[in-house]
Amino acid sequence: MKAMKKLIYALTLLFIPVLLAGCESKLLVFDPKGPVARSLTDLIVYSIILMLVVVVIIFVLFTYIVWKYRARKDDGDFEPKEEKGNHLLEITWFTIPIIIVIALMIPTMKTIYEVEDIPKGYKDEEPLVINVTSADWKWIFSYPEQDIETVNYINIPADHPVQFKLTSAGTMQSFWVPQLGGQKYTMANMQTNLYLVADKPGSFYGRNTNFNGQGYAHMEFEVQAQTEEDFNKWVHEVHNTAIDLSEEKYSEILKPGVLGRMTFNGTHLEWIDHAHGGSEKYIDSELYRIDHGDDEEDQEEDHEEDHEDVQEENENQDTEETSDSATTDHSHH
Amino acid sequence: MSWDEFFVTGDPLILASQIGIGLTMVGLIALITYLKRWKWLWSEWFTTVDHKKIGIMYVLAGVLMFFRGGVDGLLMKAQTSRPELDILDAQHYDEIFTTHGVIMILFMAMPLLIGIMNVVIPLQIGARDVAFPKLNAFSFWIFFAGAMLFNLSFVIGGSPDAGWTSYFPLAGKEFTPGVGNNYYALSLQIAGIGTLATGINFVVTIIKMRAPGMSWMKLPIFTWSAFITNIIIVAAFPILTVALLFMTLDRLFGTHFFTVAAGGDPMLWLNLFWLWGHPEVYIVVLPAFGMFSEVIATFARKNLYGYKSMVYAIAGIAFLSMLVWVHHFYTMGNSAAVNSIFSLTTMMIAIPTGVKIFNWLFTLRKGRIQFTTSMLWSLAFIPCFTIGGVTGVMLAMAAADYQYHNTMFLVAHFHYVLIPGVVFAVFAALYYWWPKMFGFKLNEKIGKWHFWLFVIGFNLTFMPMFFVGLDGMSRRMYTYAESTGWGAWLGFSAIGSLVMAAGFAALCYNIYWSFRYASRDVGNDPWNARTLEWSTASPAPHYNFAVVPEVETLDDFWYKKKKGETGLKKADLKPVHMPSNSWTPIVLAGAFGLVGFFLVFEWIPLAIIAAVGIVIGLVANTFDYDDGYHIPVDELEEEEREWRGDLE
Repeated sequence: MKAMKKLIYALTLLFIPVLLAGCESKLLVFDPKGPVARSLTDLIVYSIILMLVVVVIIFVLFTYIVWKYRARKDDGDFEPKEEKGNHLLEITWFTIPIIIVIALMIPTMKTIYEVEDIPKGYKDEEPLVINVTSADWKWIFSYPEQDIETVNYINIPADHPVQFKLTSAGTMQSFWVPQLGGQKYTMANMQTNLYLVADKPGSFYGRNTNFNGQGYAHMEFEVQAQTEEDFNKWVHEVHNTAIDLSEEKYSEILKPGVLGRMTFNGTHLEWIDHAHGGSEKYIDSELYRIDHGDDEEDQEEDHEEDHEDVQEENENQDTEETSDSATTDHSHH
Repeated sequence: MSWDEFFVTGDPLILASQIGIGLTMVGLIALITYLKRWKWLWSEWFTTVDHKKIGIMYVLAGVLMFFRGGVDGLLMKAQTSRPELDILDAQHYDEIFTTHGVIMILFMAMPLLIGIMNVVIPLQIGARDVAFPKLNAFSFWIFFAGAMLFNLSFVIGGSPDAGWTSYFPLAGKEFTPGVGNNYYALSLQIAGIGTLATGINFVVTIIKMRAPGMSWMKLPIFTWSAFITNIIIVAAFPILTVALLFMTLDRLFGTHFFTVAAGGDPMLWLNLFWLWGHPEVYIVVLPAFGMFSEVIATFARKNLYGYKSMVYAIAGIAFLSMLVWVHHFYTMGNSAAVNSIFSLTTMMIAIPTGVKIFNWLFTLRKGRIQFTTSMLWSLAFIPCFTIGGVTGVMLAMAAADYQYHNTMFLVAHFHYVLIPGVVFAVFAALYYWWPKMFGFKLNEKIGKWHFWLFVIGFNLTFMPMFFVGLDGMSRRMYTYAESTGWGAWLGFSAIGSLVMAAGFAALCYNIYWSFRYASRDVGNDPWNARTLEWSTASPAPHYNFAVVPEVETLDDFWYKKKKGETGLKKADLKPVHMPSNSWTPIVLAGAFGLVGFFLVFEWIPLAIIAAVGIVIGLVANTFDYDDGYHIPVDELEEEEREWRGDLE
């Protein structure tokens, strides 16, 4: 029994570093593709190393003590001596965690301040502004300068800072592109900011991490970083081919449901910025009613039809392929 | 509202449960009637004010809720074990992770810990009951009413589905118009009244009812941890009360505290929730620290190393627990300065916690460690909790948290804190104090099966979650695409959850087996332990101590045993004053439950009528002049002789 226990702890001990080392190139968080994500990954790796040292020390001490001082049959009536404690020792292990906390706190603070700002080396470039509006259960992206609106995907120029102005049309979501940087909440009536840069062209997985109802699991989007030239070409193409976004169309999009990708000329910022209130106009709580009875299916079917209409209409004018967002790139394994 | 809306229909899983619940109820009622046990149940249990019986009822309720919450967990694991499975649909999955969270924290961890506190604390401080025995019974019954109301949602009306944190705006009527989240607001409110009353009760009990001579630094460590826990309860639960009240007003009466429309502030809910929610984590973890301390000292056969620094560490953690709530939403767009401050306060919790870990290790050092089941749980706690602790420090680093927040990494972390920190502790405590509750031990051999299955299953279940989290999987996803590559990790995790479930089954079998077959001859002090509860009979008599003990030192009983001074002098026996049973707590709690149920469905007139029941109960209670009764000396003598033999 005891040997088995030791074996188990030894295995647990081995488990962590081996897996970490094995996966470092694969797990998304350890595979940063931009300066913001890279500074976060550096901080994470640093903290993991420090924490592994702590874990190893405690595990070794624990195993040694439990093994050495186990009760044995030949102990006789040995009774351990009482120990009140030892001030020096207690002060020592009061101090050790303090040192660790300081060692973690300094780089943490540095990084906190760093990621709130335009990344180093990009400060003199004018960032591309994208307004992000999250809704149930899709992502709406507006390019105010380019006068373009997309749903569930964004194209950005690589090696160029992008400023995301985040808000929500209703429930709270969290905007996250793990390979480019950390996440931020999107909240109705409020605006949060996030700066991201992609080093090179590539496709990145983004999603909502904050639960917001039935379609939550499917609330994903793709970030496509392109060369400056390709990006401009795309903007041009959209201007020539995509339909104009109408207010009616926009309120259609906001209805709860899962959508594919869409592209429009014009942005909804012309008539509403959810960061400054007014979202309640679009919220119809009856659309969220769940009937546990049989009529649930009928209702759902109705909804689906609605969305299909939206998709079909859109497909004709869409420059991108309309595809299920669930298949956005995450096939890095 | 038509009947098919009232009852949840259309799902075979729920239909089966409805039939199962119905049959169980009918079966139970028939069985009790057949055995003619109604009167016994009423007079021995339903109306009891005895802290030990109340404790046992809490434990029973906690184990039942553990089963319910565990089944929820297993269903979640089954649904995510492979990509794109269809065992549960999105709505059902959302309801299940919501109830899993609420039940595990509020209706499993809380009653189990409060139950054990109820049984142990008066005994540890040499008291005959808690300060307010009738209030204590009320606490239990109103908790139970809240728990039952919450569980009812599963078959009547529909379960809450906005997560155990019920974040607004999602949890508001704008986005969840059904009755589910009404259940959340009202059942937590009702159960919360009980918890708050318990907090007050134990604070007073520990301040006022310690045995003569038991000064603060002679207080057993578990009682210390419980004392500080109850202070946090009194400080933090009113915040939840207010938050839930606002939620109820928003949902039932159309106010705009947390809504998107009309200038409501949903983020106020997040702040209020975590102002309560973070201290709540320590409310469940601190008593566990006390339990481990008792068990480790007993089975290392040594006193607790650094007792004083342990007490200061608990107090320090409690203080810091009030200053860290923002770390639950670093990503809300706070300024860098705010995030830095809360990173620091959060990391600082590692300091007293580290002190505790080292003190436990040094209690073990130079000891003579006996591997009883209870001790195994306490030992396994140290490495498992260390993993939970270091990942907690990692999460505390606000910048890094932008990558962990709301992911499975976080889920893995808090299960690594709460399962070793609460569940292992409760198991250790149950194996340890079982003889004091029931007069027999749980079987050690089955106990070891329980231990190994559960601990191995626990690590298999939650270790993989760290990795899928770092791979970009967020929590609460009912499904995922095959291309994500998460399937292997989650499949592994699902198998682990089955091993864990087998461990729980071993516990249930152990309870059954031990009730039937375990030796009833365990004596008053089966573990050769250190604190006062072991100086009286097992199971403890209803008056606890024939003569209130006088305390000279910490671990007084240990030294009295050495000096052979544990006997009882006949001349010291005096009549014992005891509180009488009372019917008001259970009736009052029932009325609260009824009001809650009517409010869930917004049947206001019915709720008002039921509320009259509360008023009647309270009035009846004020006119209750029963001042208790006295146990005569010869009755005491007879009972004491039964286990002590002759008196001195």
